[in-house]
Amino acid sequence: MTQKNRLQSGGRIDRSKSLTFSYNGQEFKGFQGDTLASAMLANGIDVIGRSFKYSRPRGIVAAGAEEPNAVMQLGATEATQVPNVRATQQELFHGLVSKATNGWPNVDTDIMSLLGKVGGKMMPPGFYYKTFMYPQSMWDTYESMIRKAAGLGRSPLETDPDTYDKVNQHCDILVVGAGPAGLAAAQTAARSGARVIIADEQSEFGGSLLSSKEMLNGKPAADWVAEVTAELEAADNVMVLPRSTVNGYHDQNFLTIHERRTDHIADLAPAGQVRQRLHRVRAKWVVLATGAHERPLVFANNDVPGCMVANAVSTYINRYGVVPGNELVLMTTNDNAYQAAIDWAEAGRKVVAIVDTRQSPAGDRIDAARKLGINIITGSAVIEVQGSKRVSGVSVAPISSDGSTISGSVQRLSADTVASSGGWSPVIHLSCHTGSRPVWNEDVVGFLPGPTVQKQLIAGAINGSYSTAKALGEGVEAANSAIASLNLDAVAVEVPATEDVAEGPVQTLFHIPHTKPTAAAPKQFVDYQNDVTASGIELACREGYESIEHVKRYTAMGFGTDQGKLGNINGMAIAAKTLNKSIPETGTTIFRPNYTPVTFGAMVGRDCGELFDPERYTAMHKWHLENGAKFEDVGQWKRPWYFPKAGETMQEALNRECVATRESVGILDASTLGKIDIQGKDAREFLGRVYTNPWAKLPVGKCRYGLMCGEDGMVFDDGVTTCLGENHFLMTTTSGGAARVYEWLELWHQTEWPELEVYFNTVTDHWATMTISGPNSRKLLEEVCTDIDLSNEAFAFMDWKAGTVAGVPARVFRISFTGELSYEINVQANYGLQVWEKLFEHGEKYNLTPYGTETMHVLRAEKGFIIAGQDTDGSVHPHDLGMSWCVSDKKPFSYIGKRGMKREDCVRENRKQLVGLKTKDPMVVIPEGSQGVFDKNAPIPMPMVGHVTSSYYSAVLGHSIAMGFVKGGLNRMGETVYYPQADGSFIEAEICSPIFLDPKGERQNV
Amino acid sequence: MFYIYCPHCGEHREEEEFHPKGQAHIVRPLDPDNCTDKEWGEYLYFRKNPRGLHHELWVHAAGCRKFFNMTRDTVTYEIKEIYKIGEQPSVVADS
Repeated sequence: MTQKNRLQSGGRIDRSKSLTFSYNGQEFKGFQGDTLASAMLANGIDVIGRSFKYSRPRGIVAAGAEEPNAVMQLGATEATQVPNVRATQQELFHGLVSKATNGWPNVDTDIMSLLGKVGGKMMPPGFYYKTFMYPQSMWDTYESMIRKAAGLGRSPLETDPDTYDKVNQHCDILVVGAGPAGLAAAQTAARSGARVIIADEQSEFGGSLLSSKEMLNGKPAADWVAEVTAELEAADNVMVLPRSTVNGYHDQNFLTIHERRTDHIADLAPAGQVRQRLHRVRAKWVVLATGAHERPLVFANNDVPGCMVANAVSTYINRYGVVPGNELVLMTTNDNAYQAAIDWAEAGRKVVAIVDTRQSPAGDRIDAARKLGINIITGSAVIEVQGSKRVSGVSVAPISSDGSTISGSVQRLSADTVASSGGWSPVIHLSCHTGSRPVWNEDVVGFLPGPTVQKQLIAGAINGSYSTAKALGEGVEAANSAIASLNLDAVAVEVPATEDVAEGPVQTLFHIPHTKPTAAAPKQFVDYQNDVTASGIELACREGYESIEHVKRYTAMGFGTDQGKLGNINGMAIAAKTLNKSIPETGTTIFRPNYTPVTFGAMVGRDCGELFDPERYTAMHKWHLENGAKFEDVGQWKRPWYFPKAGETMQEALNRECVATRESVGILDASTLGKIDIQGKDAREFLGRVYTNPWAKLPVGKCRYGLMCGEDGMVFDDGVTTCLGENHFLMTTTSGGAARVYEWLELWHQTEWPELEVYFNTVTDHWATMTISGPNSRKLLEEVCTDIDLSNEAFAFMDWKAGTVAGVPARVFRISFTGELSYEINVQANYGLQVWEKLFEHGEKYNLTPYGTETMHVLRAEKGFIIAGQDTDGSVHPHDLGMSWCVSDKKPFSYIGKRGMKREDCVRENRKQLVGLKTKDPMVVIPEGSQGVFDKNAPIPMPMVGHVTSSYYSAVLGHSIAMGFVKGGLNRMGETVYYPQADGSFIEAEICSPIFLDPKGERQNV
Repeated sequence: MFYIYCPHCGEHREEEEFHPKGQAHIVRPLDPDNCTDKEWGEYLYFRKNPRGLHHELWVHAAGCRKFFNMTRDTVTYEIKEIYKIGEQPSVVADS
């Protein structure tokens, strides 16, 4: 196929570099410098998608970020699929593969459009709410239909092979947009020596100047753009970011920039290159020079392919050498848009007419159009378009001077392209991101950025200053104001001379009347992407939606991926008219990040795969891997869960590990337990205040278990703390709670009791901890530790000693979480693996068995020891746990949790209390989380009396064991609780002591 | 994302380094054991939720681990001042 709409010369494309691309499986040619959209238009592709709700054929409307229709699916392979790319922003490269994102079976023959044709009355706003509510059972059917009909692309099913980066940046001045205002601002800022970043979403700097025929200093504007860009690129203090969209403006001048580094080169980034970067910028000042988008007018069938915004027509002609049709009708409310018709005529194609809604327009551009012999129809409007897959003609009628009614007879004109302009809307999106409300400006006929607390400046079209001269001046001015605030010296720049173009006033008009009332006229589209029509907005207002935020949600206006860049102002104007209010009274909606869609790749950067979340390994991790450990995540730690031997099930492995520990000796890597070193003369006093039990008399050399509560009296962590010296303690915490406990201690010290002399430091990673447990643990330790007397008399339960283990300085604690004779050996972390291996060398004859967290859980549950976070949930105090022995009310200071435990609700009868549970069938293990009931015949909803917190099969005991909460449980020993299961059965259990093994605690004292 | 000045480090750092710890200047009753349940409940649970100036406690958790106070506007998210524990705010809401 030839490029039938391509001009022989002109534009910023390179005709010597022909590129092949595919669209919906068919191959086409374009040139270097094209966007996908300009290449499609050059090839005469009219229909590029189907609309969201009515499935109407749609064509390219705009030439930039505001494009609502040409949202494409890109990707030559499954892994490189990218949805949601605007064809107007995608640069063409050789081999680009694109597909329309909706249309079934394809965009040219679309079955869903039947629904669209009957549509209209069948699918009013609120259609989904109104139609699919009942019957609820049908929702699955509705949903699959809706999902098939609606869609704006799909995500890849394979892993993205490209690499993405996140980069942190700091600068003095961030200039957003590199049109005339942005370039002038950046040049001024750069010369002052400020650290500058200038970012623009397009491939080239220049903004509006790239697509206009304007002269600066008597030369084509592009020459000035090239000069300034070269100066910026050469400056050391400037970072120049083309193809980079500033997508979000967050608090305290934090902005995110999405830079596309290789999307214009190939489907896949070249080897070694990063595809996209997300810059996270902290800027002292931000200059928004984001420009403006032209507003199309709202008229009947204004979505037929061939309908475009006027400026896009100029851009395709001047920048890409593409005339997107043969016969143009231009409708405008302003002078500026005349340029589209002038460019069209100068490209040698036919301008059927300029239809100006104003009665007697006057200005330089109007004179120029007249000089070209263009037919200008004033005081009139295009009220309707004919055609389905391409415009075939228009109906033009005179309208009243306020644009509200048709005032004469309708004439038909033949045309294949309709350009329209209702004026310009400043691109205020970024200024809204930080919560600033935009303000309506009558002169600009648009919203301008409102007051803000950010260090933000605006320049150019975003400020309603549409002429190049004003834009340049404001750019310099904004930069100078930032420079002054930064105490830098301003250096003058030469602002180029511009051509003076006299323009008449703009008519405030958004919605073109029709001979029929809006509801009966053919559809007049406001928001193309979400198929919102003028009659839909009127209906929403009639149904009682008065707030523009509600109208927006009810009609879905502005909810598309284009955020209503083209349609929102028109929609608000129509709502205001219907509600008989002014636009400022109706208000505006707020734009939110991101300005245009950002890929997940850029957001994620390198934080994926194994770098998704940091993983913490103990010093013995390598050994665990080599010995087949299965791992469990505890916080960020990878902890061995169990160590299966070949062919073993998990339960078989647990049974073996438990029995080996109880009969001989087992070993656990306990390095992950939180360890906090506490020193200072008031350390002991401090411990007494944060633990529920007494610490005043703990002698040096002794360990003690402690419970930690919040001020509400509820247990939140526990652990053993050891007195290393008179003013020196080592606190241990749960593995997951280490950071929280550390912060808790600091909080109380720094904010409540700064007078206490005490210091905390986290030493979790400094020590490797291995616990050997079981009747043979002493024998094993004796073989590797000769300088500590390990006899029960010399080294009793709850003592600690310093000594040498396997030739390495060690702290040995005789504490036990299994109820067995047990030693916790702590060595400097980098010796951990060596000591661990030495233990195994000697341990073979004792059948030394490694065990993981699951066996640890079973062994401690056999002893009725709690695990904070499993057997507690923030709603239980120590007495609920049957741990009153660990609470001292004799301490002089009212420790944390003491008062909380005495609140009315904490002292009432019948609280849920932790008890042991023995199932009637000894082999049945109650699922953890099961809720108990006292009466299994009670009517539903049955009164629930507490849940099971820990439940295991104990191979040592030969039956299941469990712990759980039961209302008044401590006074119900021997009673029965029933646990209803999802299958309707009941598990029957007897309330008992949670200490299932060795209730007198003899084994740990041998 | 906030840009927070740590008064102990003497530098602005990204919010990611800090943890918010709620309302500042909550005084623990001097004699908890003789508080009524109501008084204790107010100390424990009742917090201000102002539209406008709010005095907050923050900690430089991934930095110097020190706590400090911040006066922040809950509408505009402006940080009005940073001051150390034990100091009083100079920016206060009109009562």
